[in-house]
Amino acid sequence: MATMTMVQALNAAMDVMLTRSGDVVVLGEDVGYFGGVFRCTDGLQRKHGRARVFDTPITEAGIMGIAVGMAAYGLRPVAEMQFADYIYPACDQLISEAARLRYRSGGEFTAPVTVRAPYGGGIFGGQTHSQSPEAIFTHVAGLKTVIPSTPYDAKGLLISAIEDDDPVMFFEPKRLYNGPFEGYHDRPVVPWAKHPASEVPDGHYAIPLGKAATVRSGTAVTILAYGTMVHVAMAAARDAQVDAEILDLRTLVPVDIEAIEASVRKTGRCVIVHEATRTGGFGAELSALVQEHCFHHLEAPIERVTGWDTPYPHAFEWEYFPGPARIAEALRRVMEE
Amino acid sequence: MDAPMPVPAPLSLHVPEPPQRPGSEIDFTGLAVQPAGTARRPAIDCPAADMTDLAYDLVRVLDDQGHAVGPWDPALAPDTLMRGLRSMMTVRAYDERMQRAQRQGKTSFYMKCTGEEAIAVAQAMAVDRSDMLFPTYRQQGLLIARDWPLVDMMCQVFSNAGDRLKGRQMPVFYSSKEAGFFSISGNLGTQYSQAVGWAMASAIKGDTRIAAAWIGEGATAEGDFHHALTFASVYRAPVILTLVNNHWAISSFHGIAGGERTTFAARGLGYGIPSLRVDGNDFLAVFAATRWAAARARANLGPSLIELFTYRAAAHSTSDDPAKYRPENAGAHWPLGDPIDRLRQHLIALGVWSEARQEDLAREVAEAVQAAGKEAESLGTLDKGPYHSARTMFEDVYKTMPWHLERQRRQAGV
Repeated sequence: MATMTMVQALNAAMDVMLTRSGDVVVLGEDVGYFGGVFRCTDGLQRKHGRARVFDTPITEAGIMGIAVGMAAYGLRPVAEMQFADYIYPACDQLISEAARLRYRSGGEFTAPVTVRAPYGGGIFGGQTHSQSPEAIFTHVAGLKTVIPSTPYDAKGLLISAIEDDDPVMFFEPKRLYNGPFEGYHDRPVVPWAKHPASEVPDGHYAIPLGKAATVRSGTAVTILAYGTMVHVAMAAARDAQVDAEILDLRTLVPVDIEAIEASVRKTGRCVIVHEATRTGGFGAELSALVQEHCFHHLEAPIERVTGWDTPYPHAFEWEYFPGPARIAEALRRVMEE
Repeated sequence: MDAPMPVPAPLSLHVPEPPQRPGSEIDFTGLAVQPAGTARRPAIDCPAADMTDLAYDLVRVLDDQGHAVGPWDPALAPDTLMRGLRSMMTVRAYDERMQRAQRQGKTSFYMKCTGEEAIAVAQAMAVDRSDMLFPTYRQQGLLIARDWPLVDMMCQVFSNAGDRLKGRQMPVFYSSKEAGFFSISGNLGTQYSQAVGWAMASAIKGDTRIAAAWIGEGATAEGDFHHALTFASVYRAPVILTLVNNHWAISSFHGIAGGERTTFAARGLGYGIPSLRVDGNDFLAVFAATRWAAARARANLGPSLIELFTYRAAAHSTSDDPAKYRPENAGAHWPLGDPIDRLRQHLIALGVWSEARQEDLAREVAEAVQAAGKEAESLGTLDKGPYHSARTMFEDVYKTMPWHLERQRRQAGV
């Protein structure tokens, strides 16, 4: 057991998997000698060799095409997209190839690729280093989408993603890389070391995909969140003094419908939180699922608290970000019903 | 005081246009065709920079009399040549049968490769059986040359109960891991970078197998072509990159893909990849060039780009009518001839073949295709079934069916 940041936990997951299986390779822009712009692959090339951990040209579409071919051979590539915002050129290889390969080949060829991509704002990255594009991929049949919120989960979920026989989109909340973040940008940065989920076991452990975690038990309202917003939701519930039950979904597809159903049936209220833009966001799917599965238990309309439907603005980051004050407002509104 | 600037003439846009359109006679006289046997054959370790001429030349082995000439003659045994002839004739007979089946309403769509049979057949024979192939939709000859059962291919075209792809893919989008034939995609070009990834994986694992990929001249405009050549060059991937220039991308002639300015083979030079331009209707030249590239790849010398210069003699697909955009019967006038006729002529010139044996072989091939057709149709056709159970529609999206698909399957009542 060691105290780790999320960056170190992700690094440990790849290290474990590179050690356990000669079929695992790590590729991406700057991931080799340098160890990645966020340091997630630091030291892996030195330890596992250049043929297992290597730099690629700047071409997300190329990286993805190469990864699909490697997977068809039988490898388990872990491809880093330097920012989730850069992923769009890779969409043809992701959506039409990786996601469809098992289906279209009658199960003969598969694409067990893990695509790692730092997502989300709060680092003054402007519109091309802040996006949360998860809903584009949750819409694609054949892909799984995973988003951790702590170092402990990050390692266990990334190991599961690499071991999974289907392609997995693994979005990493970059604002959480080096410390938990409650959404108050004007307060001092808290290191992971003070958070219990920074205790990360050595070696191999897996957190199953498709299982949510209840990070706060409560009776008044259910908050559905993932990634950075789990911590922001915790702060909002505390500040609003609402006895919220907070579910960290961890996997968006396949989503843990049983956990959602059990919680909303108990509380009768639901607030959905994500940093991504609102229209067609994953919150819309969650809202529909809650309505379909829990309609007769609902005592208030479902609320969504999300990023606005604008590009991520550089100077107005904190007006854009769905911070604890906006979530607290939504909590008060559903409690008044 | 400066002299007044002249008023510039208005700019105009150049939009390439093929030399002939419907209504005029096809005329290939502008085509520069080098005599057979004149192109040099470099050593397999020749750097790309020392063989740039071969990206503009045309590697040809069979001359107009059917003799094999020059340094690229692969000197194949007559049995090998006869096997190639049989496979090419099988491809053509198979195409005819499946085209007819589509016209009869037994399936939705079909694509022939008429005039391009030498490409897939000779290339499949020039690589090892265990090498991995990443084809386009016009390389059905790879499966046939690898003796893959015609019935299995036909079942895919009919989407019937025997279709290994369970009715999920359009006709001709074959896939067979056992045949070393990668699942064909409708998104053109994607297989090119995938092949390079497969080849890199083979090198990472210290394997001895290589990959081969195909792309059309039209799809070289896709980014995947650039990604593939970049990665292949950077990591010296053991891959054969074949570029089939059949001059037509549906209705767009090669000029729309950039063919007016330079050869397609020359595209490889900018990446430092040894690049050859080869007569695609010359079985021996295609075989020899592919063997050369395979030897390079297997010796860890990296990728090669081979432009196979050919002509799409038939329509793009059953949904296409070339009479609407090019002179009729253009393929019959292609100056580099028909690949089957040319190999037959060569075998006769070698003294190991005759018109009578040719007729016997044609009959044999026709009977085999007919028998396979009957067997495949007995397993179902797209218009009448039977098909796989509709329940299979929900399978293989993921390895294990997640709850939401299980629920949707129940809703669908299958």
